[in-house]
Amino acid sequence: MKFPAAELIASAFFIICLLTTGVGALIAVFTTRIIRSVCGLAITCFGLAGLYYFLTSPFLALMEILIYVGAVCVTIVFAVMLSEPDEPPREESRGTVVVWAGVALLASGAIFFGLWQLSLTAGWNQPVQRVSQGTVQDLGVSLLTTYSMPFEVISLALLVAILGAIAIARTGRTKP
Amino acid sequence: MNNPLYQHPGFYLATAAFLLAAGVYGILRRRTLIGMLISGELIFSAASLNLMAFNRFKAPDPAVGQIFVLFIMGLAAAEVAIALSIIIAVYRNYRTVKTHELSELNG
Repeated sequence: MKFPAAELIASAFFIICLLTTGVGALIAVFTTRIIRSVCGLAITCFGLAGLYYFLTSPFLALMEILIYVGAVCVTIVFAVMLSEPDEPPREESRGTVVVWAGVALLASGAIFFGLWQLSLTAGWNQPVQRVSQGTVQDLGVSLLTTYSMPFEVISLALLVAILGAIAIARTGRTKP
Repeated sequence: MNNPLYQHPGFYLATAAFLLAAGVYGILRRRTLIGMLISGELIFSAASLNLMAFNRFKAPDPAVGQIFVLFIMGLAAAEVAIALSIIIAVYRNYRTVKTHELSELNG
């Protein structure tokens, strides 16, 4: 038996996820204090996790929360604690600020409008025939057979990145 | 209603476009390195969401896009680690992370 108004509830959750993503991105971009910007990024990642869930990949939704909120945002917070990254007050005159903000808004608005038009007006016809369902089992089998080489390479890349991060961040400490 | 809202790829693609536009605006307007890094993360997320939308609605094998997005997440984590260590090294040497004051080339 189907739950009453299940599609309506799912659509409401979908809209909530969309709004969370958008509002988080706006917070991440427009606030002056960087720590609020990091919180905006975390909110965006929660919304994205919901969208991934609607895209029938709950594994990626969990990974989004685990990696982005749990690792990336926390690392950025550490960096915020170690430096003073708040936006400085503007030194230029008021007119220059308005002009450059207008240029940036125009550029990003043009990008958004073009892609929005394209994605809403293009006729996305129904999908081609599926060869798998994209479950977690399919993911694991693909990772260990077809994509085992990129899997190993990315583990190497992560190792090199961590070693490089330690090496770079350590050098400043020995200086007087 | 035979086709609910979350079955339309256009909404996902429009959200991805919005994330990309917000990231571009942030990269153009932010004046600290960490703020630019956060905007870069938004652009990464936009790319991931776009890939996932096409993977859900257009791809014959839905596992491929998920694996690709997993790799994007791993690379983004590595990139953040490197970028933040560079930012901390810059802060140690210059005592600032504001992009206006980091104009010296002969460090």
